Amino acid sequence: MKIMIGLIGVSLLVALGFLAAFIWAVKSGQMDDDYTPSIRILFDQDKKEKP
Amino acid sequence: MVQKLSDGKLACAHCGELCATSGSLRSDGLLFCCQGCEMVYDIISQHDLCQYYELSPDAGVNLKGRKQVIYNFLEDPEVAGKLIQGGNASKAYIDFHIPQIHCASCVWLLENLYQFHSGIISSRVHFAKKQLAVQFDPQLISLRNLAEILDSIGYAPTINLGTVEGVPPPVSKKFIYQIGIAGFVFGNIMLFSFPEYLGLFDEDGISFTQLFGYLNLILILPALLYSASDYFIAAWQAIRYRKLNIDVPLTLGMVALFLRSSFEILTQSGAGYLDSLAGLIFFLLIGKWFQQKTYYQISFDRNYKSYFPVSATRILEDDQRESIHLEKIERGDILLIRNGELIPADGQLIAGEAKIDYSFVSGESDLQRVPLRALVYAGGRQMGSSIRVRIEKRVSQSYLTSLWNDEAFKKDGKEPLQKMADQMGTFFTYAVLGIASITLGYWLTVDISIAIQAFIAVLIVACPCAVALGIPFIFGNALRILGKNEFYLKSIAVLEQFKHIDAVVLDKTGTLTEKKFTSGHFEEEAFNEKERHLVAQAVIHSHHLRSQQIAEILGDVRGASFIWDRWEEQVGQGIVASIPGWEVKIGQWAWVSGQEEEKEGTYVSINGNIKGVFTFSSTYRPGIEKVFAYLKKWGAVFLISGDQSKDKEYLSGLFGRLDRLKFRQPPKQKLKFIQSLQKEGYQVMMIGDGLNDSGALMQSNIGIVIAESDNNFTPASDGILKSEQFDKIPQFLGFARSNRKVVYAAYTLALIYNAIGLSIAVQGLLSPIIAAILMPISSVSVVVLGIAGSNFLAYRYGLKR
Repeated sequence: MKIMIGLIGVSLLVALGFLAAFIWAVKSGQMDDDYTPSIRILFDQDKKEKP
Repeated sequence: MVQKLSDGKLACAHCGELCATSGSLRSDGLLFCCQGCEMVYDIISQHDLCQYYELSPDAGVNLKGRKQVIYNFLEDPEVAGKLIQGGNASKAYIDFHIPQIHCASCVWLLENLYQFHSGIISSRVHFAKKQLAVQFDPQLISLRNLAEILDSIGYAPTINLGTVEGVPPPVSKKFIYQIGIAGFVFGNIMLFSFPEYLGLFDEDGISFTQLFGYLNLILILPALLYSASDYFIAAWQAIRYRKLNIDVPLTLGMVALFLRSSFEILTQSGAGYLDSLAGLIFFLLIGKWFQQKTYYQISFDRNYKSYFPVSATRILEDDQRESIHLEKIERGDILLIRNGELIPADGQLIAGEAKIDYSFVSGESDLQRVPLRALVYAGGRQMGSSIRVRIEKRVSQSYLTSLWNDEAFKKDGKEPLQKMADQMGTFFTYAVLGIASITLGYWLTVDISIAIQAFIAVLIVACPCAVALGIPFIFGNALRILGKNEFYLKSIAVLEQFKHIDAVVLDKTGTLTEKKFTSGHFEEEAFNEKERHLVAQAVIHSHHLRSQQIAEILGDVRGASFIWDRWEEQVGQGIVASIPGWEVKIGQWAWVSGQEEEKEGTYVSINGNIKGVFTFSSTYRPGIEKVFAYLKKWGAVFLISGDQSKDKEYLSGLFGRLDRLKFRQPPKQKLKFIQSLQKEGYQVMMIGDGLNDSGALMQSNIGIVIAESDNNFTPASDGILKSEQFDKIPQFLGFARSNRKVVYAAYTLALIYNAIGLSIAVQGLLSPIIAAILMPISSVSVVVLGIAGSNFLAYRYGLKR
C-alpha cells in the first residue's frame, strides 16, 4: 500500500495543475464573457484572407 | 427574392418588417420599407456579407425614425483621448456600446467589420454587455470614420457624457477565483476523506488517517482564509455596528468546525469535519454567484450624464461653428441647437423659434413654445428648426442637474432592517448561543471535556448553512426568471420588499401611455391614392414631430424620388408644397383654411379644398384594465401626472375614484406626495418613467421604471420593466410575492434538520459520520427545494414555459 503515498502526491499535483490552469484562464479573460463564444462557434470559417 | 410575412404581405429585405404597398420593387427583385434599410442592405451586399441575413431570421435593425447623428465631435482630440483605451501609433483600442446588438447575425457582421475598411484590424463582440471592442489603426481610419461605418450598417454606437466620463468597473475576478479555489479544496478534501467514509484505516504501518488529516488541514486554509473571507468581514462589521445578520452565526459555525477539526486531527482523536466545511464554503459561494448573475445591459445607477451627448455645437464670433465638449461650455457661449437635439444647459433663447419637448424633465407631453429672450432649460429637446441659445449656467449647475442632485437622491442605500435573512440571523444567533450555553452548563456538572465537545458540536450543527443558502438560491432564481421576462430587479432586497406594499402610485405620460405618446387618427374626406401620396411626400421632408407621425400613419412612401417645385415649412403653422397642378397644405386649421377660429388637429388641404384632419391622442398601453384590476386588490392606487387632465373620465373609470388622480404635478410635488403617503403609513410602490419621476421613484419604497429600450436613460431605480411587458405586471407581482412561501418552506426544512442535529449534539453524541451526512444533505435539499419551488411558481404564473 506504500504506492498510495506516491499516488496521492500525483493526484494532488494533477489537481494543482488544473487549479493553475483555471487561474490562468480567469486571468487571461476567458471568464469575462460567458455567452458570445456560444454564438461565435456556429459561424462558418470561410473568412476571406485579409489583403 | 421578396420575402412574405405570414399573412401574405411583403416584408422588407433588410429588417423584415411590413412594407407599405406603395414601396416599389427594385430591378433585382428586392423590396425595402425605407431608404435607410435599402442603404444598409447595399453596403452589406457590396462587401459580400449577405450571410448576415441567413444567420438569424430577424437580423436587420429597423431604421425607421433613426436620428441623424453627427460624429464630428469625435475629431476633438480630447474626446477621442477619453474614449480610446490605449495602444500605440498604429494600433488603438476602443469599446463601443451598441444597444442594437440582438442576435447571432449581429455578432457575425460586427466581427467581420475589418472587411469594411482596411484600417480596422479586428473587432470582438461582448453580447451580454452589448459591447464591441475594436482594434484599429488610427493612421488609416479616424475614430469618426469608424463610428460612421458602424452607423451606416445600422449599428450606431451610443456615445454620451456618461461613457466618456466613467469607465465601468471591471467584473470582479476575485470572486471567480474564490469559487474556483473553494471548488478545488472541496473536491480534494472529499477525495482524501474517502478512506474515512469507507472505514479503511491504517495498514502496513502507514497511518493514512493521519496523513490525510494533515493534508486536509493544509488544503482547507486557502478556502477558509481566501474564499470565505467576505463572510468573516461581513460578520465582523455586523458585530462592530452591534447589528446581527446571518453572517454572524454562519461564521461562528465555520470557526467552530475548523477549531474542532484541527483539534481532532492534531491530537489524532478523529478525522474532523473539514469536508463539510469545504462543501459549505463552496455551496455558499455558488449561491452568491447565482444571486449576482445580473444583467450587464441594464445599469441601475445611471445619472443625468448618460442622457447628455458628449458635445454641443458652439457658434464663434465670425459665425464659425465648432464642436465643443459639454463640460467646457461656459456662461455666455452661444450654442446652436438643431432639430431633435438636446439643450445641454440652461440659457436664453436668442434666435429661432423654440418648440421644446420637456416631456422627460417635467412629464408634460405637449411641446412648449418659448418666446425670444425667454429661458430654456437643460434636458429639453428642440423640435423644429434650429435655435440659438446663450448659455446662462454651466452644465453642472443647470436645472436638470439640480433636480438630479435633489435631497431625495441622497437617500442612502440603507436597506430596511427587517430583511428576512437578517431577522433570521438575529434569531439564530441568540438561539444557537442560548442552546450552546445551556448544553455547556448542563455537561459542566458531569465532565468538563464532554461539556466542551458538546458545546462545539452544538455550534457546528446549528450553523444556519441551509438558511444562508436558501435566500440566495430561491430569490436569485426568482430574479433570473423575472429578468428573462424583461423585468429586472436591482437586488434581492427589492424582492423581499414587495410583501409590504399597500399603495401603488403611477405616472401617466410614458408609463400608462406609450412613449410615442400620440396615436394618430385620420379622417379622410375623398382622398385618392395620388393625393395620399402627395401628402406623404410633403411631410416626409419635415422633422417636425407631427409630420413624422403623419408619415407613420400614411405608411412610409418610397419610390421614384419626388421633387417638389416649392416646399416650405412655416414654423408653427404648417407645410406648403406644390408642383404644377397641385398645392398641398398641411397644418393648423386657421392657417390651412384661412379662417379665424381655432380647431384641434392637423388639417390637410389640396388645391384649396379641405381634405381631412389628423387628430392625435394618447395611446394607453395594452392590458391596462387587467393591470388595474389586479393592482386595486393590492391596495390604494394613485395617479400622479405632470400632464394636463386630458383623459380624466377614462382614467377615473380605471382608478375608481376621482380624488386619487393628481394632474399638473411638478417633479418636486410628486416627491412630496409620496412622502405624505408614507407619513400616513403606506408602503409605496411607484411606477414611472422619466427624470420627472425620479425624485418620487427614489423616495418610494420600491421605484420601478418603464423603459422603452435597454438604452433609455433610466433614473436610479429599484427595478426596470421593459414597456412591452407592461401587461404582465399582475403575473410579475404575484410571482414576486409568492416566492416568500418557498423561502418559508425551505426554512422549515432547514429547521427540521437543525432540530435533529441539535438533539444529537446536546447529548454529546455527535459523531463525524452523522455530521458528514447531515450537513451536506440539509444544504443540498434546501437548495433543490428552493429552486424547484420558485420554478414551479414561475410555471404557475406563466413566466416560464
